[in-house]
Amino acid sequence: MSDIKKIKDEYLNKLDNDLDTESVNQIKTELFGKNGQISNSFKTLGSLPNDERKKFASDLNSIKEELQEKINSKLQEIEIKEINSKLENEKLDVTLPEREIKQGKIHPVSQVIDEISSIFSEIGFSVEEGPDVENEHYNFTALNTPDNHPARDMHDTFYLDNNKEILLRTHTSPVQVRTMLNGKPPFKIIAPGRTYRSDSDQTHSPMFHQVEGLHIDKDINMGHLKGCLNYFIKSFFEVDKIKMRFRPSHFPFTEPSAEVDIGYELKDGKIVIGEGDKWLEILGCGMVHPNVLKNVNVNPDKYQGYAFGIGIDRLGMLKYGINDLRAFFETDYRWLNHFGFDPLDVPSNYRGLSR
Amino acid sequence: MKFTMSWLKEHLETKHKDTQIIDKLTDVGLEVESFENISSELDDFKVAKILNAEQHPNADRLSVCDVDIGQQKIVKVVCGAPNAKKGLLTVYAGPGSVIPKNNMKLTVSKIRGVTSYGMLCSESELKLSDESEGITELKPSKYSDKIGKNFFKNNTEKIVDLSITPNRPDCLGVRGIARDLAAAGAGKLKSISHKNIKKDGSQNIKVSITKDKNQGCTIFASCLIKGVTNKESPKWLKEKIESIGQKPISAIVDITNYVMLDLNRPLHAYDADKIDKEIIVRNSKKGETFEALDNKEYKLDDGMCVISDQSGVLGLGGVIGGTRSGTELETKNILLESAYFIPRSIRKTSKLLNIDTDAKFRFERGIDPQSVELGLQKASQLISEICGGKISKFDIQKIKQYKNLEIKFSTSLFEKITGFKVKENEIIKILKDLGFEVSKKKSELNLKVPSWRPDISQPIDIVEEVVRIKGYENIETIEPKKNRIKDTLNKQQKLFHFLQRSVASKGYFETVTWSFTDSKINNFFKENLKEIKIINPISSDLDVLRNSIFSNLTFYLKKNLDRGFKDISLFEIGPIFKNKQPGEQLTVIGAIKSGKISRLNWNEKDRSVDIFDVKKDLIQTLMEAGYDKQSFFIRDKSPSYYHPGKSGSVYLDKDDIDPVAYFGELHPNIVKKLDIKTEGVVGFEIYLDYLKDTKIKLKDQKLNFEYSDYQKSERDYAFVVDKNYKAQDLIEIISSIDKNLIRSIKIFDIYEGENIPDGKKSIALNVTIQSSEKTLEENDLEKINKLIISTVESKSGAKIRS
Repeated sequence: MSDIKKIKDEYLNKLDNDLDTESVNQIKTELFGKNGQISNSFKTLGSLPNDERKKFASDLNSIKEELQEKINSKLQEIEIKEINSKLENEKLDVTLPEREIKQGKIHPVSQVIDEISSIFSEIGFSVEEGPDVENEHYNFTALNTPDNHPARDMHDTFYLDNNKEILLRTHTSPVQVRTMLNGKPPFKIIAPGRTYRSDSDQTHSPMFHQVEGLHIDKDINMGHLKGCLNYFIKSFFEVDKIKMRFRPSHFPFTEPSAEVDIGYELKDGKIVIGEGDKWLEILGCGMVHPNVLKNVNVNPDKYQGYAFGIGIDRLGMLKYGINDLRAFFETDYRWLNHFGFDPLDVPSNYRGLSR
Repeated sequence: MKFTMSWLKEHLETKHKDTQIIDKLTDVGLEVESFENISSELDDFKVAKILNAEQHPNADRLSVCDVDIGQQKIVKVVCGAPNAKKGLLTVYAGPGSVIPKNNMKLTVSKIRGVTSYGMLCSESELKLSDESEGITELKPSKYSDKIGKNFFKNNTEKIVDLSITPNRPDCLGVRGIARDLAAAGAGKLKSISHKNIKKDGSQNIKVSITKDKNQGCTIFASCLIKGVTNKESPKWLKEKIESIGQKPISAIVDITNYVMLDLNRPLHAYDADKIDKEIIVRNSKKGETFEALDNKEYKLDDGMCVISDQSGVLGLGGVIGGTRSGTELETKNILLESAYFIPRSIRKTSKLLNIDTDAKFRFERGIDPQSVELGLQKASQLISEICGGKISKFDIQKIKQYKNLEIKFSTSLFEKITGFKVKENEIIKILKDLGFEVSKKKSELNLKVPSWRPDISQPIDIVEEVVRIKGYENIETIEPKKNRIKDTLNKQQKLFHFLQRSVASKGYFETVTWSFTDSKINNFFKENLKEIKIINPISSDLDVLRNSIFSNLTFYLKKNLDRGFKDISLFEIGPIFKNKQPGEQLTVIGAIKSGKISRLNWNEKDRSVDIFDVKKDLIQTLMEAGYDKQSFFIRDKSPSYYHPGKSGSVYLDKDDIDPVAYFGELHPNIVKKLDIKTEGVVGFEIYLDYLKDTKIKLKDQKLNFEYSDYQKSERDYAFVVDKNYKAQDLIEIISSIDKNLIRSIKIFDIYEGENIPDGKKSIALNVTIQSSEKTLEENDLEKINKLIISTVESKSGAKIRS
């Protein structure tokens, strides 16, 4: 007994020293190898008398376990130490740049169209579209603007033929005509898209974007028009209060007609919507003219409603502080990067229009 | 439309302040463009008092004055006038002022060593009189309490500029504006004073309106004024004309202009002695010519309304007069015309000849046909007052009677359209103030529309009149209801929005470019599509509608390269045009990529972009949109603007007729011709119109989830095939051998060169084999292995590489 106790103490001591894996394995062999001290001790078991044997076996087993455990933990300890010392040499400069990131961008016009669609979707409008090339009937005549009407001069039109019958649409209003001709009332639509006028200077570009709105039902009046636009402007500019002014105006396809101004003020050279005593014209609207309804086979005695047209680019400029309309269409990589939106930033009702 | 406040008040009796009137104008729909002082220059002249006058130290004839210019300011002014003495009230002009007489601008200056701040003015310098001996002397009784105030009275006059919508010709006259303001409660419309003018004799130049088809003139009223002395207009008239920014010409011209601006009644004055016998209002004959007052010679077409005499055309009725019969200062006898021309005819003629005049602008919008006599009266009276002369009786030729339009108006329509109520008697008052004759019949109003309102033709127009005068602020705001008729977006629209963001998410910047482009660039990309010319392009390099998005993308790619950018990824989603009829357009995504991947990156080697970069972006985009990559089929056919050997087309299914997309390197010749200098230009196009519905939709139940836990095995093969043999075909052959066992095929090497015969290449692939029923044993694997080799060899002519 005292022998094995001695062995135990001796080896536990040895194992407390600073050892490498090899030395520990050496110890392992010395103890548990074929001729190891512990192995040999087991061999002596058979020669012991019965009463001693049991006790000795039990002691021997517990010493064996204790030593094995010590060896294992020593080996683990050495392994961890070795890994740790290896890691010391694997230190990277994590401040080096990551692999190339290619972040794409969505053009502000597209973002604003999605915002507008999202806002109107919330109050039940659906999106319609029409062709960029129109004939003069859909663009003018059906919209109560006959050929001899001076209102045609308000639109500088691009023509595709010498008879001036085929043209690039000057507004999104022909979509009203197409939608109503192809369906039955009620109608509740918006129609965003490209529009064209042969006009080019600081504040005009030959192509721009409009969104048309049309709501026709049995009892839609100017109060609904006001409510709809009030809701839209508030939602779009993400403000609680908005100052709005309806001014009488004239469009051949609506009667009565109005232009809408919103209140703003200048703060540090930036336009702040909703406050202040300055007015900014942002859209035209009115009750759809009975002549237009007749032209699209809708009975004006039964159905009535409103229409509006808003400049999309201008809305975007106001909301996002963009000063130059022409820059929208100049594909300057720096501008697209600066004013563009992350493609994952999809405007939606539930998570809000903008971040 | 410009007018001054004082001119307005000749028609409007009002106690409203100017700012209130301006607000009212806006409220009734007469948009105020600007409201400013006529001329700020005259504000520089102030009433001042000389407090002290001393002899100039260096000049006998000059004195140095201390001048009180008001607001507790005293300045030193050097003055040469003998009457400059202590206590005198005079007119002072500060530095910066412009002296009316000689347009000299004053500065602070040293006069013989003494600094003079401004100048004291003589009457002559102020163009008040010829008195230039001394400085202006103002009466203390009138001016002693006005020191520092503006000397010129009319410099408080303000000019209003309105933008008149085309439906309101009546507001192209000051009186029409006053009428609207009066109806809106901003005052009372004054009645026009009728002086009985003395008429002597008859108008003895015969006037006739021919009964031509589409005769553009229906009323021609005229009178002769004999023995006039045409001259410079009197001061009040000149000031009126000048006040709205026009140039006075002569009394006769100024008077006709004045009546036009005042009443919107255009008139024309002929030199009666230059008229050959008679006036014939007729249609022009093709080829007739005449010289107009703009000194241009016009060649006329058939059917234009002309005023002629026996010798030929005198003028284009309602558009422009001619030089032959124009009035001059020497003119002795005048024929004054007041006519009605049909808007359509005016518009047609002026468009064809490209003439834009004030008269044309008014007649094309519709002049009051009942105002011909009023116009003659007012103008002839003024002419005889100013220029003398005897007025003849009025000659009025008419081929059409103009009766006031009658409308039955049910007042309930008002509430139905506007959503709020206005009492009937208030409606009646508004309409009466606007010049309607109103009579009540049961629940309806019988209305006679005033002749100056050609825009009013039906009950809805009456609603507008009442609501705009009553005020749009009375319309209540009704919260929008959320009821829905259709889905917000249809399938194509959803696809549009999805693809747009999907492409952007792969590192492309979205751009929006014109739908038109430069025909020279477009020609590279138009393939077999028709060139669609714009008749009136904004510039010669934007002269056609685009047949492809690439024309603009390559143009702007070059611009950005020129800006110094190297690695560019751009895309646009939008229309391209197949032909010029409405609807002959396609919605396309065009994307372009240039430069290098990982340029100047410390841990990756850079390389030029290549077609497999854009192919990845393209295929991944289609997959994300819900299309099954397994059924995609790639062909090596593509439009000619791609590199013939480095481009392809994508079909959603092998059997499809139209490809949904192209990808590839841009043709090197085009890149060269466009002078694009970069490492590589690759791109792709997706045709949204050819993208069918996806077979499996998100809302559909997913297929059963099946998987196998049995052991997989992988085998590598290398087949030697013809150089032109397509990898896609090899994969299809192998995958169709046993769809249950062959799980995936990956191509891991393509090799040509040593050990491979000429005209051949080696394709190395890795095939994963797995059963869903059992663990495959060695002989099962061997069987499929042999089958793969034999099938590939027999179907493709390939040889397994040993």
